[in-house]
Amino acid sequence: MTWGYIAVMALVTYLIRALPLTLIHGKIQNRWVRSFLYYVPYACLSAMTFPAIFFATQSVWSAAAGVLAALVLAFFDRSLITVAAGACLAVLVVEQLLTVI
Amino acid sequence: MKKEFTQGLRDGAPIMAGYFAVSFSFGILAVQGGLSLLQAALTSLTNVTSAGQFAGLQIIVAGSTLVELVLTQLIINLRYALMSLSLSQKLDEGISLWQRLIIAFANTDEIFAVAMAHAGSLTFPYLVGLQILPILGWTAGTATGAIAGSLLPAALTSALGVALYGMFIAVVVPVARRARPVLAAALLAVAMSCVLTALHISAGVSIIVCTVAASAVMALLHPVERGDAL
Repeated sequence: MTWGYIAVMALVTYLIRALPLTLIHGKIQNRWVRSFLYYVPYACLSAMTFPAIFFATQSVWSAAAGVLAALVLAFFDRSLITVAAGACLAVLVVEQLLTVI
Repeated sequence: MKKEFTQGLRDGAPIMAGYFAVSFSFGILAVQGGLSLLQAALTSLTNVTSAGQFAGLQIIVAGSTLVELVLTQLIINLRYALMSLSLSQKLDEGISLWQRLIIAFANTDEIFAVAMAHAGSLTFPYLVGLQILPILGWTAGTATGAIAGSLLPAALTSALGVALYGMFIAVVVPVARRARPVLAAALLAVAMSCVLTALHISAGVSIIVCTVAASAVMALLHPVERGDAL
């Protein structure tokens, strides 16, 4: 069951990458389609992150600290690794504080 | 030929480091969700995509349908179609069909970005060199996370659980800060996602609906100019 899901996932992902590279020549002309595709990654990543991130840790408060750290670091254009690590660190620190309190 | 390949390896090394760190947390989440070490590692080796795998994992863990899985992967990975399309314009003329089929395998956000920033047309040896280390880093990081996840204290795995989300935030925020319509699309998607989650709509359906709706609305309200997209 799980293996089947993994295989389907890999196949779909590969075809999406391979088909345009081999079949389509030239640029997409339709303005709405190009605009739609432009917004997709941002809308998608945002919807995946919120509200799910608030339930990804042991407490909503530590998750909120992670969100805040990530937003601030990303706002100042830090690298992907720095933002991810900063979020983890904030969660770790707040959860340690919560156990002390 | 050999020089192109080693140049690719050099450009891919920093991506490998970043991928190792982020896929580590995917490994932890996968094992927590009930996948075996082999399943987690093979998912990473055969998909090489953070957002798609992450959403796919949520769907597998929730026991949702295959249709939901396929639709989610289609929507989330739609951007790769655009990237592949753009990449095809920059390929060296001598690249054959089977070479295209190989380099399509790991056209990730980061690899695409580096490839497009590379001066001149892209050769097959360069692209293969560029992709090898990130693929290895992504797979090895997942395997390490899957193994170490159960050994690490709960506080640490809890903290690492936000690493992937942190990376997503790192992709969206810098662009949203400079482009208002992107900020609007992101906020619209988040607002809908919160509502659908409160209504207990499954993660896969919610991601599809929010992505399509927010992108469609913003494409209507604020179509991008030629130079904006890619």
